[in-house]
Amino acid sequence: MENDGTQKTTAAMRAVQSPLTEQIHVNGSRQRKTAAVKLLRQPFLVLAILLIFGLLALFIVFPLVKVGTLSVTDEKGAFSLEGMRQIFSNRSYWQTFWNSIKLGAIVAVIATLIGYLFAYSLTRVKMPAGRFFQMLATLPIISPPFVLSLSMIFLFGRQGLITKGLLHIDDFDVYGLPSLILVQSISFFPVAYLTLTGILESIDSAVEDAALNLGASKWHIFRTVTLPLSVPGIASSFLLVFIQSMEDFSNPAVISGRYTTLAVEAYRLITGMYDTRGGAILAIMLILPTLIAFILQKYWLNGKSFVTVTGKPTQQRKKTGDPRIVWPLFTLCLLISLFIILLYGTVLVGAFVKTWGINYKLTLDHFKYVFSLGWDTLRNSIVLSAVATPITGILGMIIAYLVIRKNFPGKRVMEFTSMLTSAIPGTVLGIGYILAFNQKPFLFTGTAFILIMAFTFRNMPVGIESGTSTLMQIDKSIEEASTILGAGSGLTFRRITLPLLKQAFFSGLVYSFVRSMTAVSSIIFLISPRWNVATTRIFSLFEISKYSDAAAYIVIMIVVILAAIALLNRLVLHSGSTNSQGNVRKSKHKGLAHE
Amino acid sequence: MSDTTATESTYKAFSGRSSNVTLKNVTKVFTSYDTKKEVVAVNNVNLEVAEGEMVTLLGPSGCGKTTTLRMIAGFEDPSSGEIFIGGIPMTTVPPNKRGISLVFQSYALFPHLDIWENIAYGLRVQKLPKAEIAQRTQKAVELMQLQGMEHRFPAQVSGGQQQRIALARAIVIEPRVLLFDEPLSNLDAKLREKMRDELRALQKRLGITSLYVTHDQSEAMAISDRVVIMKDGSIMQVGTPREIYEKPANRFVANFIGKANFIPCDVVGYDGQEAMVAIYGKTLRLPKPGDNRPAVGSKATLCVRPEAIRLSKDETLLGGKVTRATYYGSHVEYEVQLDDLSIITEQNEAKESELFHVGESAWFTFKPELIRLLS
Repeated sequence: MENDGTQKTTAAMRAVQSPLTEQIHVNGSRQRKTAAVKLLRQPFLVLAILLIFGLLALFIVFPLVKVGTLSVTDEKGAFSLEGMRQIFSNRSYWQTFWNSIKLGAIVAVIATLIGYLFAYSLTRVKMPAGRFFQMLATLPIISPPFVLSLSMIFLFGRQGLITKGLLHIDDFDVYGLPSLILVQSISFFPVAYLTLTGILESIDSAVEDAALNLGASKWHIFRTVTLPLSVPGIASSFLLVFIQSMEDFSNPAVISGRYTTLAVEAYRLITGMYDTRGGAILAIMLILPTLIAFILQKYWLNGKSFVTVTGKPTQQRKKTGDPRIVWPLFTLCLLISLFIILLYGTVLVGAFVKTWGINYKLTLDHFKYVFSLGWDTLRNSIVLSAVATPITGILGMIIAYLVIRKNFPGKRVMEFTSMLTSAIPGTVLGIGYILAFNQKPFLFTGTAFILIMAFTFRNMPVGIESGTSTLMQIDKSIEEASTILGAGSGLTFRRITLPLLKQAFFSGLVYSFVRSMTAVSSIIFLISPRWNVATTRIFSLFEISKYSDAAAYIVIMIVVILAAIALLNRLVLHSGSTNSQGNVRKSKHKGLAHE
Repeated sequence: MSDTTATESTYKAFSGRSSNVTLKNVTKVFTSYDTKKEVVAVNNVNLEVAEGEMVTLLGPSGCGKTTTLRMIAGFEDPSSGEIFIGGIPMTTVPPNKRGISLVFQSYALFPHLDIWENIAYGLRVQKLPKAEIAQRTQKAVELMQLQGMEHRFPAQVSGGQQQRIALARAIVIEPRVLLFDEPLSNLDAKLREKMRDELRALQKRLGITSLYVTHDQSEAMAISDRVVIMKDGSIMQVGTPREIYEKPANRFVANFIGKANFIPCDVVGYDGQEAMVAIYGKTLRLPKPGDNRPAVGSKATLCVRPEAIRLSKDETLLGGKVTRATYYGSHVEYEVQLDDLSIITEQNEAKESELFHVGESAWFTFKPELIRLLS
């Protein structure tokens, strides 16, 4: 009997084989229909997807479209390339464009070199004081804007401690390209360091051991194995730093002197000359290179990477203790670290001395002055960041979850759009927001809401990225297990995925809080007398050369940021942890078991 | 959440209903992302799993067995065809509302929940009363002999225990159908045998309709009421372990289950049930040739299991030189060169007189009742 069945099946199979291709096309639409029906059975999921698409369209796409349309229309709103013609025929704007590119490229090279030095030293070498270097290599990420520029002015400015105090040079010009390169390299090398650490750590140590086993020297291994394998990471780090440098506003705004950059010029055009169209066109010029770098990094380089993202290190890597390798690397790292400490220390000291360059008497006057200005701006910064942070974090995790785990039409579009803001300079986003939200029904100008949205959508990509990479490491069947046990998408996300994403969620929260607190470029157009924030207050102190007061303000901000990180750490990692819940449950059902 | 209450009512509606699984012309076509090529993973599969039955999908990797299982679970949608559970089409029923449990290859235990919470998870999802959750979880813990480790986390227990937890979590919700995706493949050989017997005993006791995916033929033989042999997305044969071994439908099945020699023959004629074939010019009468009936005069293949050949030193009709002798303790396996064929035989009673050395001549005596005719 069984055999009969089989024979029939085989016959049917053969019959099917030829018209299979036709059938597939019919199936395609059927499959899509089934998928759609299934999706509709999960209202929570559909709602989340629609809501996110709506938000992305309104707060990312719409403002960008506004910038684009303004740059190709005239006063009456008709299509016109007159604005473009005016900007492009002005040679100084071309100069500005090339200035930005040149700065970005130089800084990208230097920051990547420093980043590689630190990443290699900390992943491959038994470095004395490893944790100290690790801390310094990430410090610039959480530091407020203007610190390093301010420090440069304190050290090398007209009243500079080194230039005037030590070397007695009266006419040293600290403002310009060299200072800018130095400041940006220090500011952005952490990006390179983190990218390269990830790559270097994920290279299977067995590959390097194999080369060693085949008789290669350490230098030969580095040249023929480690370095080639980290090339995609180096390119990635170069592009990421390039984007950061291009979009940097706060450093060039205060220390570039006559070396103009696009982000600052766009700001000057809009606030100084009320030429919004000109600003929008510069914004377009600014966004093109960053967008290209972003697309290269994300879609071209990611495919080139030799290392798998998912694999945990198979075994502990044996770091080399060879003194001929350790000490040169240690010395280099130490010199750079000391310089970083010097820069931060200068600002710290600067906040406590009477008049920098003239009277180094210790005083609390600057703090008194800052307090006398009122707490409003600082409180605003904290409140706005505190509101934006959880929104950013949760939205980021939901998007990461949807993009990695769910199938729905437009998934790639959602992924691209939500990551787009990491390539959009803050200045451009800011211009987009003032253009997009100055009339009904989206009249948000001057409100706290517009600032919160700017923070949220600008800082989301990092949360998405850390969520995405964590999710890719979580066995998909863990969520499937929850599903098959009866839980819907929402419940599975809350009970299983989110707890497993805790670490990524936390780093997303910290990052977005710090970035919100320290944001300048994206919000400089959006603040209002009611909603002014700390960073723009520091900027205005700069503009009236009240450097020591700015230093005091920066010191306060550093304290607030560190406190906030500690608080977030407690909130996310300790309260509501699985262990404490486990304990509660334990006592509960032990009681039941006894009954 | 509306989500959960729906689940609850569905579950209640499902329980008590019949739980047979039917696959009707189920086909799954995957389109690869980079090449846009279409790959047929499952090809027009028809299958009926009766209530309380344990059916194994067996085949080499890439044969479509896991895809079939995932379609039944609802994680994949069939490209065409229909899957029924308890007679109800499942096409638009999401996996969380099918009343099914799945034991994953990786176990997929929730790493952030302790053992107790892992097992209770499905019950909590159903929002059952607290007392019932505690009582049923406790029962599952006892059934799986997990007492004393309820508050450890999955990473703190052994592989065999993780396996038990996964099973407890799957059965505690009293599913209509239990699916297994190579659940024992992460265990070492000894434990695997022990767990497989436990699993079978449990399934029989609970009477849950079960589908089991494996690539291990001895596991399939030991555990199933019926075995489904799959290859390249298609079903090759369905039958009890005995039927599959004794009456393989084709060469692939014969080769996949146990060892087999394939000897070309000419079909000479039929005599009632019996078949007459000629190999190397010698005629052989097969009392039980199986269900394949190739036409008289056509070329066919004989499926000869190693135990169907007895070797002797006395000359018979067919023989050859011994090329390999492997001692297995319970039996000796010989490879004998017959013309251009290597014939594998198994000699059970390894008496002194019947020992062969490599290079010696050995003569075949067939046990014709064990030989099958393949077309």
